[in-house]
Amino acid sequence: MRARAAVPFTFGAAGAPEMFDPLYATDGETFRVTRQMFEGLLDIKPGSAEVVPGLATEWTSNEDGTVWDFTLRDDVKFHDGTDFNAEAVCANFERMFDQNEAGQVAAEYWGYVMGGFANDPESSLYGGCEATDEFTAQVTITRATSGFPTMLTLSSLAMQSPTAMEKGDANGIAAEGEGFSFPEYAQNPVGTGPYTFGEYDEANATITLEAFDDYYGDAPESSELVFKVIPDESTRRQELEAGSIDGYDLPNPVDWQGLEDGGNQVEVRPAFNIFYLGLNPEANPVLKDLKVRQALYHALDREQIVQSQLPEGAEVATQFMPSTVSGYNSSLEPYPYDPEKAKSLLQEAGAEGMTLTFAFPTDVTRPYMPDPQKLYDALRTNLEDVGVKVEVVSASWNGGYLDNVTAGKYDAYLLGWTGDYNAAFNFIGTFFGNLKENDFGTEVMPWGEQLAQDLQAADAIVDDAERAAAFETINQQIMEEYLPGLPISHSPPALVVGPEVEGLIPSPLTAEEFSTVSVGGQ
Amino acid sequence: MIRFIVRRLIAMVGVVLVLSLLLFFWLRSLPGGPVSAILGERATASRRAALEAALGLDQPVYVQYLKFLERAAQGNFGVSTQVLPGTDALDIFWMRLPATLELSFFALVLATSLGIPLGYFAARRRGSVLDNTSIVMSLIGVAVPVFFTAFMLKYFFAVQWNLLPVSGRQDPGLDATRITGFFVLDGIMTREWDAAGNALLHLVLPSLALATIPFAVIFRITRASVLDVLDEDYVRTAEAKGLTARTIRGRHVLRNAMLPVTTIIGLQVGGLLAGAVLTETVFAFGGIGQALYEAFKDKDYAVLQVLIMAAAVIYVLVNLLVDISYAIIDPRVRTR
Amino acid sequence: MTDQPGTDSPAPPPRRQSYGDRRKQRLDELAAASVDETPGVSLLVSAWRRLRRNPVFLLGAGITTTFVVLAVISPWLAPWDPAANPLIDKVRPQSNPVPGPEAGHPLGADNRGRDLLSRLLIGSQQTLLVGVMATLFGLAGGVALGTLAGALGGWVDSVVMRIVDVMLSIPSLLLAFSIAALFARPNQWTLIVAIATIQVPIFARMLRGSMLAQRVSDHVLAARALGVKPGAIVFRHMLPNALGPVIVQTTLVLAVAIIDAAALSFLGLGNPDDRQPEWGQMLGNSQQFINSYPHLAIYPAACIIVVALGFTLMGESLREALDPKSRR
Repeated sequence: MRARAAVPFTFGAAGAPEMFDPLYATDGETFRVTRQMFEGLLDIKPGSAEVVPGLATEWTSNEDGTVWDFTLRDDVKFHDGTDFNAEAVCANFERMFDQNEAGQVAAEYWGYVMGGFANDPESSLYGGCEATDEFTAQVTITRATSGFPTMLTLSSLAMQSPTAMEKGDANGIAAEGEGFSFPEYAQNPVGTGPYTFGEYDEANATITLEAFDDYYGDAPESSELVFKVIPDESTRRQELEAGSIDGYDLPNPVDWQGLEDGGNQVEVRPAFNIFYLGLNPEANPVLKDLKVRQALYHALDREQIVQSQLPEGAEVATQFMPSTVSGYNSSLEPYPYDPEKAKSLLQEAGAEGMTLTFAFPTDVTRPYMPDPQKLYDALRTNLEDVGVKVEVVSASWNGGYLDNVTAGKYDAYLLGWTGDYNAAFNFIGTFFGNLKENDFGTEVMPWGEQLAQDLQAADAIVDDAERAAAFETINQQIMEEYLPGLPISHSPPALVVGPEVEGLIPSPLTAEEFSTVSVGGQ
Repeated sequence: MIRFIVRRLIAMVGVVLVLSLLLFFWLRSLPGGPVSAILGERATASRRAALEAALGLDQPVYVQYLKFLERAAQGNFGVSTQVLPGTDALDIFWMRLPATLELSFFALVLATSLGIPLGYFAARRRGSVLDNTSIVMSLIGVAVPVFFTAFMLKYFFAVQWNLLPVSGRQDPGLDATRITGFFVLDGIMTREWDAAGNALLHLVLPSLALATIPFAVIFRITRASVLDVLDEDYVRTAEAKGLTARTIRGRHVLRNAMLPVTTIIGLQVGGLLAGAVLTETVFAFGGIGQALYEAFKDKDYAVLQVLIMAAAVIYVLVNLLVDISYAIIDPRVRTR
Repeated sequence: MTDQPGTDSPAPPPRRQSYGDRRKQRLDELAAASVDETPGVSLLVSAWRRLRRNPVFLLGAGITTTFVVLAVISPWLAPWDPAANPLIDKVRPQSNPVPGPEAGHPLGADNRGRDLLSRLLIGSQQTLLVGVMATLFGLAGGVALGTLAGALGGWVDSVVMRIVDVMLSIPSLLLAFSIAALFARPNQWTLIVAIATIQVPIFARMLRGSMLAQRVSDHVLAARALGVKPGAIVFRHMLPNALGPVIVQTTLVLAVAIIDAAALSFLGLGNPDDRQPEWGQMLGNSQQFINSYPHLAIYPAACIIVVALGFTLMGESLREALDPKSRR
């Protein structure tokens, strides 16, 4: 074993983690911490969105894609000494499946990818799990989907120690007042990863993780990981410059140059997101006309926006998913910036001088949208240039913006998506796959139902190539025939670490593992 | 005296009850809510409804309020949804309170130890250059937005000159023992001098930023009050009696001039909390102010309710203490 | 949010009143102080004589006048339209996010390529608007409540004052924050209403205090004895005389309103539409540049500080001049 760096790796987190049980976690700040302690059956290759073996070394399915055999590693132990085997895997699946009322709401990702819980097996994708031998777990799903088994890379579905979960009453979550009160286990998580839980100093807002001595893989480079919560972005930068933290996530593109000049390393991740201008024909019937939507699209000078507003490496989008996802249609060309065409299209549709209630969120930056207000201002100028009357609306992200978007209160809005895992359906399926509930109001469009059905059908195709082809066709239809919204760009989110830091591999899914990171160049 | 205190306390309960009612309805009338904060981009109408039902937010507000009262009577004020999810809101208050108290205490010490002497000397040399400069300086303190003062202090002292820490309450590497949650005090109690010193260094900039406004106020009140007292009959009498200037200053002027100053220091508590929201946010100083801001942004109802109500209670209590201390300082109040 | 500088008057010797919360009492006393002598012509003349020689007042008045004049004539001074972005093609998020000074743009541009000097100049208009309107609304609300309570007394007084007390016990910043958040479509009026609301209880308490003092003053008693109608007494005799301290407070609130507007913008609740620039909003929006391009924050901050200082200096010296106690 190599000598480990005595210096801990200290990371500036933007927010406090919710708790430490990934099943109930929903935000990136929590997953960043739990990812260092937990591992899933499947893993993501560092630096890509590609699925690679994790705790399972191999997996095969029957012809329908509904019964999956996972061959497990035989040299893994949980932090508390419990053996990792097929029984532990099944205990985990059953535990996630069998949630009480509060748990069903709190276990958001499971609900999102699996559709249901033990009390409602009808709508559940998960069918059951059986330990066929000590290191083979057989998982049954109720219908074929492109999301399985890729979804097992999700941090939420990571493997946890059955012994510790039982001892800490892991499923004992309860709704109390307006919040959830979490069981003891959520403060004492036990996984298989390279780091174990150290301590959460709430008064000083720091979380400490310690290297796990019996880790089966390469021993982690730093013996200690520290997460220091610093909510304000400019303070994180100052802390990095003062040397009190070794890195932080999502540095403001404006600061990239200055940070690099100071000797820091700005790691730009490949973009795995989409930023779009959403349109809702339910809120404004004028938008039902394809010509109007195309006119709005032609009015946007996306090239200029990408160059002047988004970080280097950002690209103009041609469809609702980034190019790394299988199903991406590379033959699609971006709609050109053409204000004259936009004006004439509006005229043809009889919509010159139309009014558009166009909203943007405040109090937020997202990986795909570093500065909503500036992006909005640019887009608004473009729209006004072709004679659209823009009614400026804003709301804070948690203070009504998202509510209003889902409630269909805005004609047009800014939103985006960062992929959870590498599947086309995770992008366009999320957007248009649910006819009744989507932000684009496709229910009132004649093609809305067809699109939703096509998406579901494509998702159920077992063969990879066939499925990719089906999604490519759908992407073309979406962009040329339907145009339910206007995809704008893909932006690469960055991560910055100090001059002394080595071994960090940026991940497009923003799922970095810190076990390879050392400080001080040992 | 006892009756007076009891009456005030009863009145306080009334105010807090009314406040809790208003607060409850008012928070729930604000756009957005914990559900949006939790679901983010993944929100759909049905997931939103499910979460609302689980959290009891789908019931009429008055039902929610009655349930809240019922729980509150048992000492349960609800759990946080965002600031520290799953943690009892009252625990969050107790956890964050020491930070704010520590910060406010040092800010007040700074403000008083500068404001009172300066105000005293300015008053004694009324109209002098010292007087006028101090007035203008103190007013500049009021005119600069608190968060801007904080930014500038941080920018120069921490970033440019690297003299003091940028943010937080203590360096994470120290492994300090926590007893009371007051980091400086803890360090002294456990004789972890490095921890105490480190915490003290973290306090310098935030308390300077927070002290600007109370300093200005204390300075001006001291000045005005000393001017008043210098003109009072008993000081003139004392002068006429031929008492030494020193005795007059110490026994008569300062002592009597301190009365309104005491009141004002009490009054600053409300203002300090407001200033703390901005200062703590800029310095990532994990106190009540920062929690309030986060809770507000993420619509953490339980935490907001507890913190605002606690702020009101503290405000009332501090004023009660000020009234009591009046009685101790001023013999005239005592005899009445 | 800043404390109200205007409410810190020298407090007379304390009286122990049972429920008297000190802040309320202080406001009341401040209000009552001016009633000791009704401001007559001679008072104003003598006050003006002293003000004329007071360097602090002159400085404040000078700043204030310059600011108001600037706000009025800024459209003719500004070389560019504050919403136009002539330098947008030079903006590159990494290499050149904020174009520096160049010919025709002496202060450079902001991160949308808009001329910074023009935005600062035109910004004075919105800043003045926010300050004045917030103060006026606050004054109007406070006067209405205060008059109601002070003139009618009895249970109306109790109810109104309970509401005022509750408002005073919530940290002002949070109150403003919440009010601003209530609006579905925030704009500069949201900001104005939010700031005005936190001034209402302060004005109300001051006015009520001085109205109560007026009720027992000789000229009101005389008017009542002569059979003047209650309404006429309130509006002709009590209100005009009670307004004195309130007017002084107004000057100080102007400064507070401008600073508070900046604080709200800093916390993300300002006017989202930045076509019409306002200093507080410019300062609030410059947060992300504070490390790399601090001048974007420093220019509007300096403007705010100077103007707020101007109003404060003027208000403070006015109060001192009008305060009967300081005329010795």
